[in-house]
Amino acid sequence: MAATLEAEYAFDAEDLESRAKVVKFAVIQGNETEGAAQEHELASFEETMLPHMDAAHNLARWLLRNEEDAQDVVQEAYLRAFKSFSGFHGSNGRAWLLTIVRNTSYTLLKKNRAVDLTTTFDEEIHTAGHESVSPATILEHSENAELIKEAMDELPVQFREILVLRHLEGLSYKEIADIAQIPPGTVMSRLSRARAELKEYLAGRISKDK
Amino acid sequence: MNCEEATKLMDGYLDGELDPMTSQKIEQHLRDCRKCEQAYEAHTALAHAISRGAPYYKAPAELRQRVQSSLRDAVGVGASRSGAARENHASLTSRWAKRRPVLPEIPWNWLALAAAIIFAAIIASSFLPRLRPPTSDQFLATQLIASHVRSLMADHLTDVASSDQHTVKPWLDTKLDFAAPVPDLSSQGFPLIGGRLDYLDNHSVAALVYQRRKHFINLFIWPTTSKDSKEQKMVEREGYHLVHWADGDFTYWAVSDVSVGDLQNFQQSFEQQVPPH
Repeated sequence: MAATLEAEYAFDAEDLESRAKVVKFAVIQGNETEGAAQEHELASFEETMLPHMDAAHNLARWLLRNEEDAQDVVQEAYLRAFKSFSGFHGSNGRAWLLTIVRNTSYTLLKKNRAVDLTTTFDEEIHTAGHESVSPATILEHSENAELIKEAMDELPVQFREILVLRHLEGLSYKEIADIAQIPPGTVMSRLSRARAELKEYLAGRISKDK
Repeated sequence: MNCEEATKLMDGYLDGELDPMTSQKIEQHLRDCRKCEQAYEAHTALAHAISRGAPYYKAPAELRQRVQSSLRDAVGVGASRSGAARENHASLTSRWAKRRPVLPEIPWNWLALAAAIIFAAIIASSFLPRLRPPTSDQFLATQLIASHVRSLMADHLTDVASSDQHTVKPWLDTKLDFAAPVPDLSSQGFPLIGGRLDYLDNHSVAALVYQRRKHFINLFIWPTTSKDSKEQKMVEREGYHLVHWADGDFTYWAVSDVSVGDLQNFQQSFEQQVPPH
């Protein structure tokens, strides 16, 4: 019964990946042992998810700001993803995996109390203060990768997260809303706020260096 | 639209996430309001600075192996029903209780080797981003691929759909301030599908669309500037191939998911019709 339900759901979703999976599933049910079925599942999982390991590692590394933790989180996230892989019917494997990486990272952050995630922060845009830096000055300093990295690392985790998803992964607002678990309408204002904060930090650093 | 609204929507406009109507209103406002236009320029500069300056932390090879072997372990344990195996499974799932459960089963000399590799990887990963920040080329490659993917996704492959070079070329010439060559390559197995206007690296460019069997090739063309590289290049990223060349007048970037060989053939066919000078 469960198999029938799953098959129907997958066909509803009308994407080729799920169809392929359902076909495999049916074959396995008929002919193979449980172990072989799991190996099949693993092969299908690896094919879908391993290509996104760079994205997973990059996000975890930015959220945790620590290489060892990032690697632990990626490993844990892949294990979690594999366990719930049967529930994945979409075609956007990267967004699905990044959601799990994000949640696993926050679990560790909370555990280490490295960040107070309960603090609600202001989504309003504050434009004061950062207009003094000209586009030319920012462009000039954008070559300084170390400065950009430092500035990003200084931001609260929610801002780092949204900047990485937008600028390093090039994800759409819809995908970002899904991964960061915020309403789609909030994505733009949060990005705006994150960029403003970054600009302010850069402006501060640039004028201090002068 | 007033300044306050424009400021509020500026990020959405910058990211191309607004509906066409609102985008047009902002565009109009930016043309009319010098202050907002400057703010928008600053914002664009910042967005580029982040994309270009922030390091992308690729997964080290050691992590790939570790993830794959932990997945293998998870499957192996699931198939067997022994108590010891279940215990091992539990330690895998609660990583916070016991880190790197894969290690104890490996002999110590392998452990030493693994430790050396991990150490080297950590050293390398902490130094590499500093030594090799993403170049403007990589940034351009990202834009090119994004544009290629978008053109296939949004049902907006061409602005002018025609296999006739004498239809596509005049159309492009009226839209751009340069006259891009539009050769007919159908006899070489690359029929022309059409042309499109695109916006890359802060200027308008011509995008020609050719077909290779079931695949599409986007050929981006713009007049060579001092910052464009003159040497030939081949880049592979995210399963896409990019081939770059330039002649006296124009810079070319071909982007597609066809094989490198096909893309090089395409370049050669193109250069036979449009000899470099």
